[in-house]
Amino acid sequence: MIEVLAPLPVLLPLLGAAGALLVSGHPSFQRALSTTVLTAVLAISVVLMFVADAEGATSVSVGGWPVPLGIVLVVDRLSALMLVVASTVALGVLVFAVGQGAADGSEETPLSIFHPTFLVLVAGVSNAFLAGDLFNLYVGFEILLMASYVLLTLGGTAARIRGGITYIVVSLTSSLLFLAAIGLVYAATGTVNMAQLAVRLGELPEGTQVLLQSMLLIAFGIKAAVFPLSAWLPDSYPTAPAPVTAVFAGLLTKVGVYAIIRTQTLLFPGGALDDLLMWAALATMLVGILGAVAQRDLRRMLSFTLVSHIGYMVFGIALGTAAGLAGAVFYVAHHIAIQTTLFLVAGLVERQGGTTAVDRLGGLARRSPLLGVLFFVPAMNLAGIPPLSGFIGKLGLLQAGVAEGSAVAFTLVAGGVVTSLLTLLAVARIWTRAFWRSPNQSPVEDTAAAAAADATLRRRPEGNGAASGDGGGTADGGSRTALQDAWRRHTAVATAAEPDLPPAAGAVRALRPLPRTMVGATTALVALTVALTGLAGPLYGLADRAATDLIDRTPYTTSVFGTEEVP
Amino acid sequence: MTPTIVLPLMIGGIYAAGVYLLLDRSLTRVLLGFLLLGNATNLLVLSAGGPAGLAPILGYADPEQFNDPLPHALVLTAIVITFGVAAFLLAIIHRSWRLARNEAVGTDEEDRRVAARKAPDADELDPDELAPEDRIAGHADSLAGDLEELADDVDLPAGSGTR
Repeated sequence: MIEVLAPLPVLLPLLGAAGALLVSGHPSFQRALSTTVLTAVLAISVVLMFVADAEGATSVSVGGWPVPLGIVLVVDRLSALMLVVASTVALGVLVFAVGQGAADGSEETPLSIFHPTFLVLVAGVSNAFLAGDLFNLYVGFEILLMASYVLLTLGGTAARIRGGITYIVVSLTSSLLFLAAIGLVYAATGTVNMAQLAVRLGELPEGTQVLLQSMLLIAFGIKAAVFPLSAWLPDSYPTAPAPVTAVFAGLLTKVGVYAIIRTQTLLFPGGALDDLLMWAALATMLVGILGAVAQRDLRRMLSFTLVSHIGYMVFGIALGTAAGLAGAVFYVAHHIAIQTTLFLVAGLVERQGGTTAVDRLGGLARRSPLLGVLFFVPAMNLAGIPPLSGFIGKLGLLQAGVAEGSAVAFTLVAGGVVTSLLTLLAVARIWTRAFWRSPNQSPVEDTAAAAAADATLRRRPEGNGAASGDGGGTADGGSRTALQDAWRRHTAVATAAEPDLPPAAGAVRALRPLPRTMVGATTALVALTVALTGLAGPLYGLADRAATDLIDRTPYTTSVFGTEEVP
Repeated sequence: MTPTIVLPLMIGGIYAAGVYLLLDRSLTRVLLGFLLLGNATNLLVLSAGGPAGLAPILGYADPEQFNDPLPHALVLTAIVITFGVAAFLLAIIHRSWRLARNEAVGTDEEDRRVAARKAPDADELDPDELAPEDRIAGHADSLAGDLEELADDVDLPAGSGTR
């Protein structure tokens, strides 16, 4: 049965994309088609997960070619679990996007392009998870990247083009690096089949191994946004439409993490670069979260927390123990769901408040208590407040770190705790400002204009008092004047632009109802993140078994070749 | 068998030129750099197939003399992908030109704003700490006395003065 089911998560979305293109003139038909396809993919993934968990890893040779020659799809516990989580959030985001499209008309997301591209993206993600050889993994990456280029620049506004160019150029560089690494791997071993590589790479001289491993890690590190290679992410993600950012944040970086897991366990199990990865994980966590604390735009803040929390997963991988990997796998599943949900909530906040700039938001809790709940629960989950799944994932990783016991591991554990606290600080600031501040207390007009006024004032040499107020904690009188100056300037900007608005504009915007489909999709995903807490037992068990398989490596190779012997 | 020096030299040279172009701010140069890098990578994969040989067609030559066909298949796929992405990048550059009359990589304004932030700004203030005349229009405590004065320049929504 698995021979029939395994290729379907790739095939169905591709066929669905073709179908959706054919019926692009009939939006309602297109919506029904893509929703049906993704529901089917979800169902198949769930079946695959149960089969893979019961029977262990299985492989399918596409087209019946003998094994090292043809394309192999491998379904093991890890890839099946990733498929299930990925297709779940993809379905949720699709429903959200349908709701948004229905509410906006098609200016924001040109529907006729959106649906086929989204399905192609899902096909690419599934292909990357199922790929049994390095080149097929590359093709999977390219499929999903190609779709993501289109999705990121939907509508082609100036901001999106600017963010999109950064994203495209960085992704291209990482793809070319990956391709070059594949070329070198092939030159060194004569194969690109991962099961065969698992044996043959170990026979190479150590220097060659480290070179190949670091090339692959750099390529995947760019996609996963691990610290020195993460600067592109907060620059390009926030400009896209809400559902697109949500699915990118949930899935694309995690495909990179998945590839890192495979590289570190299946291909290069020696742990040669584990220490380096440890430090990269620490830097990712801390730099990411410090960036998040500094942000004043909800989406940018979320992008930085996304980068920061990738550090937790890399930490688990770098530990190299079964416990560390199990924690990392659980954390990936948790983080896909949670980050997607939070970006969808940011989309709702933007609809309700008209912006995601925290300075301009206020009183959301009173305007829409439901939105408050929808933000609060996943935000606390992200920060890792017990008993939610974020806490369980972090606890598992920290325990694995303590069990490992080295000085580096303890540093990482401390870094993880600090990151968790700072995440709480970052989301709590959003929570108090955007949700609980009285709407009247926030400057109504564009703070960008006020900030520009600030900047010009500060640049002027005779700028009175403003320059002396750096940091606010200097001489008491000076900083007070500076505070008052700043306040006056912001008020001036706010009031100057006010007469342009019709008198009741603010009130009308506040009353704009949230479309039911969008709220429904977000609520479902929030419920899913809460359910992850309830299901944490079985899920962590599955992650544990997946990690044992990964450390053992023989289940993977045996599933491909049918015997313990690898040619 | 003597290893060829020509291919590695060519690959290295094209990589160098490609990286140089990729670092430019002008997008057309970035595109050219990307094309060069793509070609260099294709050559690299091709040279991974080992020494040159005859075309790998059964019956045409002895299998011993075949060139390894797998890199050819990989390179063909990679060429198609590179071509598609280059076309898309070109479309983006065109769009950027139409929008901004500029095809250089833009700066991230929000990032600059966050980085340039030094002086305290209004959002971090507690209005109750300020003198009444400095409070923002519409703050609850400032309304009672200042309502008439405010009415001149601000059109407040009805009832917004009461909490």
